[in-house]
Amino acid sequence: MRRALLAWLSFGAATVALAFLALPVVAIFTRVPPGRLVRLLSSGVVTDALVVSAKTTLVAEALILLFGTPLAYLLATRRFPGRVVLVTLVELPLVLPPAVAGIGLLAAFGRSGLLGSTLDAFGLEVTFTQTAVVLAIALVASPLFVRTAIAAFEAVDPDLVAASRTLGAGPSRTFFRVALPLAGGGLVAGAALAFARALGEFGATIMFAGSLRGVTQTLPLAIYQEFSVDFDSALAMGALLVVVSVALLLSLKLILSWQPSRRTSVSLFARSS
Amino acid sequence: MATLAADFRLALRSFELSLALDVERTVALVGPSGAGKSSVLRVIAGLARPEAGRVDLGGEVWVDVERRVFLSPEERRVGLVFQEYALFPHLSVRQNVAYGGKGRADELLERFGISHLAATRPGELSGGERQRVALARALAREPGVLLLDEPLAALDAHTKAAVRVELEEFLRGLDLPTLIVTHDYEDAVALADTVGVLVEGNLRQLGSPAELVARPADPFVASFTGANLLRGHAERLEDGLTSVRLESGEVVYSTDPARGRVGVVVYPWDVVVGRAQVEDGSALNLLGGEIASVTQIGNRVRVRVGPLTAEVTAASAEKLELVRGGTAFVSFKATGTRLVPLS
Repeated sequence: MRRALLAWLSFGAATVALAFLALPVVAIFTRVPPGRLVRLLSSGVVTDALVVSAKTTLVAEALILLFGTPLAYLLATRRFPGRVVLVTLVELPLVLPPAVAGIGLLAAFGRSGLLGSTLDAFGLEVTFTQTAVVLAIALVASPLFVRTAIAAFEAVDPDLVAASRTLGAGPSRTFFRVALPLAGGGLVAGAALAFARALGEFGATIMFAGSLRGVTQTLPLAIYQEFSVDFDSALAMGALLVVVSVALLLSLKLILSWQPSRRTSVSLFARSS
Repeated sequence: MATLAADFRLALRSFELSLALDVERTVALVGPSGAGKSSVLRVIAGLARPEAGRVDLGGEVWVDVERRVFLSPEERRVGLVFQEYALFPHLSVRQNVAYGGKGRADELLERFGISHLAATRPGELSGGERQRVALARALAREPGVLLLDEPLAALDAHTKAAVRVELEEFLRGLDLPTLIVTHDYEDAVALADTVGVLVEGNLRQLGSPAELVARPADPFVASFTGANLLRGHAERLEDGLTSVRLESGEVVYSTDPARGRVGVVVYPWDVVVGRAQVEDGSALNLLGGEIASVTQIGNRVRVRVGPLTAEVTAASAEKLELVRGGTAFVSFKATGTRLVPLS
């Protein structure tokens, strides 16, 4: 009897949870008919925000990959005192409230900030520019890539790296021909996660870069600005982001299921098989 | 053929590895797991840095701690075959072999009989095939020394015997100083001319397999190097027994089924020693000869008679008056005689 009751209770809890997760997404698509959604997406505010989002997210993503990959490789393959501290530092933005990230960026790069006078001397102004958006996005999204990349590089059998060296390949050839291809699945997964996070960034961006249409107003910022003025337009942008997110998630699962034999440990998502 | 000379010290987790070893032909280091065997290979290959000492190959210095010389692995002419073979899973067999040296890849694939697997990924290969790919890849580099880390440990018992024969044949035809590490004394004896016993980072004894069994340096070596190994040619008999004609011409019997070239494995404690030929005993195998050595180990005595080492109690040895230079007969039962395939 008690077992049956427990089964029903957990079944009920699962139903409530799933309904709660699905409802907002369903609501976005049911309120406005699809035809009108597409038309709303061609409005000026939306296309401006789309261009800003695409540009800043792609640049931030490129920076994350360029700097994050060597960082992850070093943290994964070297053992040294203080390594744990560095890994924690890398992971910190993941749990940091975005508003804190924003105020931190202001304190560092703002006119009266830590590097403010230095930047000023070079005639550089960061705050409320597209550069600020890129920096905010990169700071908040980087741990998702670096963390996954560390795990992916750690999963590469050290014997394979050693074998490459004894076969005459130096450290850089070994990295490009052995470590990178073998960690590839995990790196792509991490890049996709970081991309999704970057695309959705709100808090740090609005504090550090503001919300200037066509300059620093990304899609999430535009949604926030539009929802009190033109709710349907905000919904359309929401729908667009849902579609992009679902596409990212599905391709991520596809990538992981293509590489069943490799131990790319992306623990953040379950495999779809 | 150049000689690999290694003489170094390296601190491991719970003891210090300290080794002086010259590898001219094939040397096997044997010892229990955790004895530091793999670390020896890692130091020679350049994957671990010793605290003191030297490693050189025919005068070409790879490590000289005093003169601050330490060549990285890619600068050493070394072929290392890893325990689990460490084949690159994302590359084909041909790409794996070509990784070490493009020029010789096809020739090596052919030599190891794996040309038909050139496009296959390592994940689809059997244990024996993997080993051949690993050997071919290591040789593609044209190394001056070949290092094998537990070459047979990754294989299941069924494949192991066949692969050992293959490996033995390959090593015999190879013109390179070769260092093998293994935890299995029988494998060491089958593959190498010289066997060293490594325990807790120290080389307890280095010698031919016969020397190690006959005159073990200490009780550990004695217990570790347990078995006698004789070589011969096996034939099945009508009554279910197998007869083996030894290289010395004598014939012994075993209950193990076998055919062709075999190793006859007899444990010293299964061998009975007498001064007169036993006529009515149940042991089917009888050999005689001069007593080559008598070595006391604790309360036991190891006696080498002709090609065999027997182990008897100290009291029996005294009673039988076993002394070097005398003659004795040894007998052992067909049921206690193991046959292992050789090439």
